[in-house]
Amino acid sequence: MQLDAKQFKRDRAAALENKPLRRNLERAMTTIRGRRNERFSQFVDGEALQWIGHAIKRNALANLPDLLEQLEEQLTSRGIQVHWAETTGDANRIVKDIAKRRGVGLVIKGKSMVSEEMELNDYLAGHGIEALEADLGEFIVQLAGEPPSHLVAPAVHLSRQEIAVLFHDELGEEYTEDIQAMTALARRVLREKFQQAGMGVTGVNFAVAETGTIALVENEGNGRMCTTVPPVHVALMGIEKVIPRLDEMSPLIRSLTASATGQPISTYFNWLSSPRRPGEKDGPEEVHLVILDNGRSSIYADEELRETLDCIRCGACLNICPVYSRIGGHAYSTVYMGPIGKILTPQLAGLEKGGHLAGASTLCGACYEVCPVKIPIPDLLLRLRREGVQPTPAGIATLKGAGAKASLGEAMVWKGWRVVHNRPALYKLMTRLLGFAGRTLPKRMGPLREWSATRDLPKAANRSLHHLLRDRSNAWEAGKIRSDSE
Amino acid sequence: MHPPVKREYPSKPEAVYFYGTCLVDTFFPQSGLAAVELIEREGVRVIFPQGQTCCGQPPFNSGYHREARAVAREQLALFPADLPVVVPSGSCGAMLRVHYPGLFAGEPEAGAAEALASRVFEWSDFMVQVLRVKLADKGPPLKVAYHPSCHMLREMKVRDAPQSLLAQLERVEVLPLANQEECCGFGGAFSVKMGDVSRAMVADKCRAVRQSGAELLLSMDAGCLINIGGALDRLERDSGGSADAGKESGPSWMPLPLFIQQRVTGGVQPAGGTASLGAQPGGGHAA
Repeated sequence: MQLDAKQFKRDRAAALENKPLRRNLERAMTTIRGRRNERFSQFVDGEALQWIGHAIKRNALANLPDLLEQLEEQLTSRGIQVHWAETTGDANRIVKDIAKRRGVGLVIKGKSMVSEEMELNDYLAGHGIEALEADLGEFIVQLAGEPPSHLVAPAVHLSRQEIAVLFHDELGEEYTEDIQAMTALARRVLREKFQQAGMGVTGVNFAVAETGTIALVENEGNGRMCTTVPPVHVALMGIEKVIPRLDEMSPLIRSLTASATGQPISTYFNWLSSPRRPGEKDGPEEVHLVILDNGRSSIYADEELRETLDCIRCGACLNICPVYSRIGGHAYSTVYMGPIGKILTPQLAGLEKGGHLAGASTLCGACYEVCPVKIPIPDLLLRLRREGVQPTPAGIATLKGAGAKASLGEAMVWKGWRVVHNRPALYKLMTRLLGFAGRTLPKRMGPLREWSATRDLPKAANRSLHHLLRDRSNAWEAGKIRSDSE
Repeated sequence: MHPPVKREYPSKPEAVYFYGTCLVDTFFPQSGLAAVELIEREGVRVIFPQGQTCCGQPPFNSGYHREARAVAREQLALFPADLPVVVPSGSCGAMLRVHYPGLFAGEPEAGAAEALASRVFEWSDFMVQVLRVKLADKGPPLKVAYHPSCHMLREMKVRDAPQSLLAQLERVEVLPLANQEECCGFGGAFSVKMGDVSRAMVADKCRAVRQSGAELLLSMDAGCLINIGGALDRLERDSGGSADAGKESGPSWMPLPLFIQQRVTGGVQPAGGTASLGAQPGGGHAA
């Protein structure tokens, strides 16, 4: 995936022209938004639940270093091995070494965005280890040789028919578009693999510091299988997933499932707190937790940007986003797509490579409205845009590529804008000139061409509001001053 | 960030400041004038400081805070008396009310910015919550749709006021739009920097407007209107529009204050739907 502004322009243009993709996205996004809204409308006060989530995550992040230590202590005391990875390279090596030590040839995976960040499957393949995705959506995109296009619904860009063709071609089964039959087929393939796999790899939704509990939310039972059937379970998480107390999980889970799929609770909810203990009939012999930084501690260092790390990966901001819902996840060329990706990626990859993503928003604020932990995404987009062109000391200290988006041309435009708008007389003259120019503006010039491809240019009025109110306003102002002094 | 606190509204003031916004000033001065006159009808004097230009949102949204602040500083000084500042736009209103305090954090004007923010009201909200206007409809039956702008909804937190003004107009039927609260794709510089996505968004918005059955689209935000209106007019022209006598003409569009004024004074009604009429509220009337 090539991350830069030019690639983004090409890919989103292609996505916008891709009619089947647009249709799939529109259908899916409309459905999933509806489910989310329906569920939230059933809460006594859905917005209050969002603010509770916000408070829990803010508090957790404020105490992050201590909580991580506490988590490690609790897990270790119960026999879960904790590994710290500063980079994705470190994390990959940790997973590979565990696999090699145990002689694992097949890894079965639950859904994990951190593993996407690590490009774990490719890495393992390079070391002769096969990694198979067991989440149905991930299973589909893996068959298609694509990355996930959504945080929660990885294959949301595909239609049922496209998946039917894929199953027929890749699994060599008889062609069917019947969803039950296709699901049963995937299940049959996966069942066998669960039994053969030497290791299960999953993500983590929450890790509770107080009790040393790893929580895993899922709907298909593949997470349950990955964490109980293979002899080794490796869980992957970013440093931001830890929360202080077990009782805080309840509001977060409600908010997560309601936001992600509109469910009151997920079909499976796994609480993992140790490997198999003596006398227990199932469960892995070894459980490992890999805690990945990969640039998160830089984000953590900036108090405002830190809110990026509150994210619980529900995908609600993607579903509601007018940009994501028209171009889909692949056009971004990022692991994390949509609104959350637009604030996270520029920070992880640096503004030089990812800064353009902060511009891919109208700042409509729909993401902030639905966010279950109230991450002020529009404010953070504004902050990143600013750091790209006029970096603050705080940004220079923590952000890769601060100032990298500064362009002389744009800077000149805004300087000129400032000159005009700081001089009311000049501003009025310009408005008047615009009025005279009317529709004779050059439609094919630069940015105006982008506007006028499908839109008429607005026509400036001959007389501005300043002009219309010219005589009266002075009298009113004088009148007001008189009445004030009476 | 913290949960929003419900806004408290003052009682009816003797006078207000009017901050016209550069877009209304340039493209819809007649609607600005209508907004002013509708306030005056309620016995409130309106002060229009001639030194006003732009709130600074365009460079602010592009990351150019120094330029935004330089211009915003001049705007801050325009409203010395402790009077409400009424803005006929959710977006520019939000710049003054929501973003000025942050823009001036740590600056000598921080206090002034906070003080101004607390006095800023979006026009329709002010008409409903403070002036408690009663509107008598003098126009003919008409089907309209209303586009709520994003910043009005989500930054100014004004959801009901424009609709409640429209609800008072007896012969005006307000039809719902599909995905009513979805962004129209304007986004200032976004509309040209990400022109392709912007055009896809406004195309969907136009479809929703045309399918709503409304003869007229209304909005409080000039940015959204030049975007949706510009696209509606183009569609109209491209499809032959009212040039073809047998064909029904598509929806026209207009800023809300101008529409309200026309309804309560029995003034000009849009004859419905030609491209030139769509732009008339801005250019035509002023000419």
